[in-house]
Amino acid sequence: MDKNLIVSYAPHTRTKENTRSVMLDVIIALMPALIVGTYYFGFRAAFITLISAASCMAFETIWNMIIKKENTAGDLSSAVTGILLAFCLPPQIPVWMVIIGDAFAIIVVKCFFGGIGQNIVNPALCARAFMMASWPVEMTYFTMGTDATSGATALALYKNGTGSFPPFFDLFLGNQLGCIGEGAALFLLIGGIYLIARKVITATIPLTYILTVGICGFIFSPHGFFHGDFLFSIVTGGVMLGGIFMATDYTTSPVTKKGQFIYALLAGFITVIIRTYGSYPEGVTYAILLANIATPLIDKFVIPKKFGYVKEGK
Amino acid sequence: MGVLTFKGGIHPDDKKIYTKDKPIVEMSASKEMVYPMSQHIGAPCEPIVNVGDTVCVGQKIADSSAFVSAPIHSTVSGTVTKIEKRRHPNGQMVNSVIIENDDLYTLSPDIYRRDGFENLSKEEKLAIIREAGLVGLGGAGFPTHIKLNPSGKIDCVIINAAECEPYLTSDYRVMMETAFMVVEGLRFIMNIVECDKGYIAIENNKMEAIKKMKEASSKYDNIDVVTLKTKYPQGSEKHLIYAVTKREVPSGKLPADVGVVVQNVDSACAVYNAAIFRQPVLSRVVTVSGGAIDSPCNFRVKLGTSFTDVIENAGGFIGNVKKIVMGGPMMGIAQQDTDTPVIKTTSAILAFDESEIYKKEKSPCLRCGKCVNSCPMNLVPLTLAESALNEDFSKCLKYNILDCIECGICSYVCPSERSCTQAIKIGKQKINALKKKQGGK
Repeated sequence: MDKNLIVSYAPHTRTKENTRSVMLDVIIALMPALIVGTYYFGFRAAFITLISAASCMAFETIWNMIIKKENTAGDLSSAVTGILLAFCLPPQIPVWMVIIGDAFAIIVVKCFFGGIGQNIVNPALCARAFMMASWPVEMTYFTMGTDATSGATALALYKNGTGSFPPFFDLFLGNQLGCIGEGAALFLLIGGIYLIARKVITATIPLTYILTVGICGFIFSPHGFFHGDFLFSIVTGGVMLGGIFMATDYTTSPVTKKGQFIYALLAGFITVIIRTYGSYPEGVTYAILLANIATPLIDKFVIPKKFGYVKEGK
Repeated sequence: MGVLTFKGGIHPDDKKIYTKDKPIVEMSASKEMVYPMSQHIGAPCEPIVNVGDTVCVGQKIADSSAFVSAPIHSTVSGTVTKIEKRRHPNGQMVNSVIIENDDLYTLSPDIYRRDGFENLSKEEKLAIIREAGLVGLGGAGFPTHIKLNPSGKIDCVIINAAECEPYLTSDYRVMMETAFMVVEGLRFIMNIVECDKGYIAIENNKMEAIKKMKEASSKYDNIDVVTLKTKYPQGSEKHLIYAVTKREVPSGKLPADVGVVVQNVDSACAVYNAAIFRQPVLSRVVTVSGGAIDSPCNFRVKLGTSFTDVIENAGGFIGNVKKIVMGGPMMGIAQQDTDTPVIKTTSAILAFDESEIYKKEKSPCLRCGKCVNSCPMNLVPLTLAESALNEDFSKCLKYNILDCIECGICSYVCPSERSCTQAIKIGKQKINALKKKQGGK
């Protein structure tokens, strides 16, 4: 018998799941949308995504080397950040901009705050906001296919009320001008269902967020109160990507069911307010970032009712 | 009735397959038997025998005048050779009576059949239960005579046959082999607490046992066998009560406060033996399993037998033993060696090899919320663990740390492999110590 028995507290068994396997599931769930994005926007979409994921992992490695910490890039969370950032960039974005965006996401937003689990806002979204502010022209130059015809997104058309926007099914399948991985609503949904089935996320945030955007989109529309389009609101812009993959980011969303509900409600409402009354046609990024910041507050006030709870003084 | 359960919980691989069909085998006792003076929740006993005394099977060797305590009996006949501190399965050194077994098994003259237990007064019945050294044999070890003497009215008794911990099959085997004893034991318990409704609650991964118990209880209209969903921790007292009766035991209160008494399967058999044969708790069924055990099995082991002998009877070790646990993998206690004796609460002895232990690769909390979703007490384990590690006790209390049942789920589900349960457990101990200190001023 081995004389060095391990003596530790219970439990003595654990799930096989770890950070890496969770992140791998997220990457798998993002693949259908990437394939569709590549189909509509050309090979460059896949190329940008790959570059972004790789540079995020590289930046995390470099940072860990500088501060002499064990390298955590292997947990793949930075790869997820890279893919998510690429998904909300236009396909023709210059590569050097992508790399600077990645550096901002990983080093400034994630590592400055203490690395995985410590950042206060979603790194991919924050980097996107940073890039929007830095290169507004390149960030809103949308093209499609190999002939690279450019134009305005469906949301911009909808807001200005000019021209005709693509039919619902084209939007639903991702055949629309926009960012690499934002458009393919159906395929993002498939990824979301995979994540829920694998118990990586629960349905609370995506469902609440998407429904809130739909309902608020109907109520607060650019064409007057109660004149919006429910379905159009949820299949355009970054609603699916944001609701399923960004708002559900573990670190920056509340941990309790009730908290998650409030958070998603808040994010959904702000999304529509920015879309309709703000200067941008799209509001997902800023809405989720604002909800991220509200997360600690929500977690502070929402304490679930314990099993066997009794009212004081009873 | 459908399948009953509660909210939260997890579904670990039950691993019962190794021992589920292994009948209970009576195991011979060790040459040297060790009886720690603390085999229950409450005050430890004081030895009432001296070195050199001759004892027989069933003779009381230790008792306490404290209310919350239970006497201890010799399970072999022989001579008291030492009274000294020995390692208890909980890891501490505890005063123990050591008896050299003469292999004659001379029975104490106090053990013989009794008729008419039902007609005794409640005080007499409870005294019999106390004298038999009965404690909850499920693992907690709470003295039975206190549990069966609640202040309020009891309207139902539940036999906890959930056996939700992986690997464990001892209760299952007891039900398969001596179903009538469980039923009769339940009837004695119902008789003692003067209530007219009994439930036997079994998880739905033990369908054969459900069938057996239904057959055995078919002649009694007031006993129902109910099917529970297979889920950990279905056997937690509060969650079992909720599943069966839909009553929530209020925080800090006891099952009796909602009119329920819960007893373990083996405890019901022990009550039966005490009532009919005046027999104290002498042995218990122990599941010996795990990847490092040569032939996993179920033994009826005399209390005081060393773990070494039990493991040897199961064919000894195979492979590289990395961890030995008393009890289930979720709540059991890791052992530093196998010299410790089987006590009243030893439901299993598990030996794990390399493949069954987890590697420690603690990484930062992702705030994924899996612990929150699975917590059967509906707490926020990540916040509790963090505040406990920071010794922020007021925050711990705000987040209801004392309601934690230490089921181990938060550590089990954590993808970052953080030891939440451990942090919370230690936090609770510190808070309780602090409270005691303040109370003592």
